[in-house]
Amino acid sequence: MLAEPPRPHHEWLDDAAGPVVRPYTLTGGRVRSAADGFDLVAFILAGPQANAADPQLAPEHRRLVELTHRPVPVAELAAELDLAVGVVRVLLGDLLARGLIAVHEPLTASSIPDDDILKAVVSGLRAL
Amino acid sequence: MDSVRFDRTGAGTRVPLALKILIAGGFGAGKTTLVSALSEVRPLQTEEILTGAGADTDDISGVEGKSTTTVAMDFGRITINEDLQLYLFGTPGQDRFWFLWDELAFGALGAVVLADTRRLSDCFPSIDYFEQRGIPFVVGVNCFDGARQYDLATVRRALDLDPEVPVLLCDARDRQSGKLVLIGLVEHVARQRGEPVPVA
Ligand SMILES: Nc1nc2c(ncn2[C@@H]2O[C@H](COP(=O)(O)OP(=O)(O)OP(=O)(O)O)[C@@H](O)[C@H]2O)c(=O)[nH]1
Ligand SMILES: [Mg+2]
Repeated sequence: MLAEPPRPHHEWLDDAAGPVVRPYTLTGGRVRSAADGFDLVAFILAGPQANAADPQLAPEHRRLVELTHRPVPVAELAAELDLAVGVVRVLLGDLLARGLIAVHEPLTASSIPDDDILKAVVSGLRAL
Repeated sequence: MDSVRFDRTGAGTRVPLALKILIAGGFGAGKTTLVSALSEVRPLQTEEILTGAGADTDDISGVEGKSTTTVAMDFGRITINEDLQLYLFGTPGQDRFWFLWDELAFGALGAVVLADTRRLSDCFPSIDYFEQRGIPFVVGVNCFDGARQYDLATVRRALDLDPEVPVLLCDARDRQSGKLVLIGLVEHVARQRGEPVPVA
């Protein structure tokens, strides 16, 4: 009879906590709120020097680099990686600190300069 | 479209402008249904971490797993053109997630408050929230089967709305219907700014 594969055991982990806690081990227990930047609809774009195969990067970092060869907003990255936004913000912060990504924070609605944007939205919606 | 602002990165990649619209309302009012009906991609979910009561707790190392949970938010996307995208975010229904609303609402263009006529008062907290923060909103009266049909004036009175806030009937399951609610919102936002969008 085959023995069950040994399970990693931490006394502060249980089955219910597993999927929630894992991202924290990934980020060393850090989470970030939107106040630190990385709005849900900020677009992230990998820089030319970012290499998704870089062995120095953790798999999740590499995945982010891979996904952001075109601009992708933070919320979509979190959905794609199936990680909480607070965790993705930390990972993005790591990449930003290494100069591997650029962040394009959105305009806030009140600073949208003219009504052309609203006109474009209405006619775009009408055309749907 | 040249009039729409976009960033041009060094490499010439165009970064679209993303506008956030919130879909709010009481428990079971049809928020998830509306986001799914309108989104061009399969509705996505994103999770936020709840660290006990704390909204802004940044460092949660040492927190025991069990006390840490996440809350899922629905979101969807509508591409208007290559430079302009709408992101719809469904707000979490429960009051203890108010701090998430602040994040969602930051910089948002406006909000749709879905009202279920069988439980109109469920949307009071959403309306209060947007009124207090001066975020433009419209009320979408979701027409559930079997619900008594109210006329919109009655709903408006029951909700004690400012006269300029649009109240629209909708069916959250229907894309065209949801689209009209969004158009109503954007036109309302334009009017609030004194820049009415001409009726096409
Ligand atoms: N007849 C009818 N049913 C609807 C309509 N909109 C939603 N429903 C149904 O109502 C139920 C609740 O809708 P949801 O979209 O899950 O509501 P919600 O606001 O996301 O609910 P919570 O996230 O739990 O607060 C679902 O079974 C929907 O299919 C509508 O316009 N008409
Ligand atoms: Mg829902």
